[in-house]
Amino acid sequence: MPNSIFDIMGPIMIGPSSSHTAGAARLGKMAYKLSGGDVAQADIYLHGSFAATYRGHGTDKALVAGLLNLSPWDERLRDAFSLAEERGLSYRFIPTDLGDVHPNTVRFVITGHNGDQSEIMGSSIGGGQVVVSEIDGLRVRFTGERPILITRHADTPGVISAIATLLYERNINIGNMTVNRSRQDHAASMYIEIDSLCQEDLTSRIRQIPGILRVKLLLPIEERLPAQF
Amino acid sequence: MDAITVIERCRQEEISLGELALRLEGEQNGASPDEVLDRVEQMLVVMERAAHEALAKPVRSVSGLTGGDAYRYDQYRKEGRSILGEAASMAMAFALSSSETNAAMGRIVACPTAGSCGILPAALFSMAHTHTFSRRQLQDAFLAAGVVGMIIDEHASLAGAQGGCQAECGSAAAMAAAAVVQLMGGSPAQCFHAGAIAIKNMLGLVCDPVAGLVEIPCIKRNAGGVLQALGAADLALSGVESYIPFDDTVEAMNRVGNAMPAALRETALGGLATTASGKEMRERIYGA
Repeated sequence: MPNSIFDIMGPIMIGPSSSHTAGAARLGKMAYKLSGGDVAQADIYLHGSFAATYRGHGTDKALVAGLLNLSPWDERLRDAFSLAEERGLSYRFIPTDLGDVHPNTVRFVITGHNGDQSEIMGSSIGGGQVVVSEIDGLRVRFTGERPILITRHADTPGVISAIATLLYERNINIGNMTVNRSRQDHAASMYIEIDSLCQEDLTSRIRQIPGILRVKLLLPIEERLPAQF
Repeated sequence: MDAITVIERCRQEEISLGELALRLEGEQNGASPDEVLDRVEQMLVVMERAAHEALAKPVRSVSGLTGGDAYRYDQYRKEGRSILGEAASMAMAFALSSSETNAAMGRIVACPTAGSCGILPAALFSMAHTHTFSRRQLQDAFLAAGVVGMIIDEHASLAGAQGGCQAECGSAAAMAAAAVVQLMGGSPAQCFHAGAIAIKNMLGLVCDPVAGLVEIPCIKRNAGGVLQALGAADLALSGVESYIPFDDTVEAMNRVGNAMPAALRETALGGLATTASGKEMRERIYGA
């Protein structure tokens, strides 16, 4: 059941399709954020309806616009390709079959300027709403509404509890979490959705916990129009 | 939430549908009336621009399949040659303009969807041009449309991929019909009679876009949709009631949508999309 009139009315967006254009731009922007805002090269795998109709719906431009941190309402979305060239972002589109996933699904393989790679998979589920389902091999359910933390850490007792304690001390409630372990390198990945915004130093404090290899914090995706536009 | 309870609450609290929407946003999301109205106003500004954009000069779609019809029709209308009245002809011009702007990757407001983005603005601004309303009345009418959309979303669907075009343009027409009735001073019950009539008249409409694009037949269905909305509103304002209440029409729309084969739900595998001309246009864009 919709909770707000604004679930029905809007978004304000560049046409022609809320799922294939606005949703695609949102997914691109999430991939930009999840890769830490550093995108040099992106391989963009398109599945299902995205693969079949991406040119006609401007899905390709919208995805690239998102990777340039543009919002679905931004009229520069139309010129995303030339903007990407200006900013030195290279990309290629690869229609493919991603398996048993939503028909409007995209997988980004992103390489940063420092050579870091990240992989993000997400779907545009209607009316411009999106959900990210996989981040660097970790199954997640990120809709961009609440902040999330992603850690990679030693697969030993105490690490998760130390993170949870840190959150508890700051009165931050955990809404959802997933842990995934890899036998090869004795490391685990964890995804935590939290209810409230966290203080600036949270990630640096988590990084100090023994056994932590990597921390990413992703804030809710903000895309409100400026008052004058 | 359904129409019966909404009408009853409006009656008890002696408020309009738009005012109810403001109260619901406060109760469910903690939003102040000013916050809500600011957001509504921002959408109205975008809507109004898109409703005029393709009238000032011809606009072509990105695919090159469509465009220029809003301009062509508006010129004809301005020459006084339209066989329709001022409000209806202006509404068709606005609906075409918003939809062509959408197909040309212009800025629009999905309401409820991008494919049906022309109907509500066309209804609101054709009324605003032919009558005198305050901005606040337009905002309230927008909110009334939102309440109708919320009820449809809860009990049926607003997505063509799920319910066909009846779910998109049909819902938009019901929302617009209710908005117009509220603008013209009708009661919440009359708003829902108008919405019910609009849904009944668009029940069963399939989603069969040529080449899967939001162009053919979507752009002209927006023009047709706003005429349905104005017609339904006019009937309700005269005191005509829908024999089938609004909630029942939504329930019927849901069942009809579920019974629709996938080929007629935005897959471009049936209807107009697979006619000889539809397939020829598809090949022109994507190759054989």
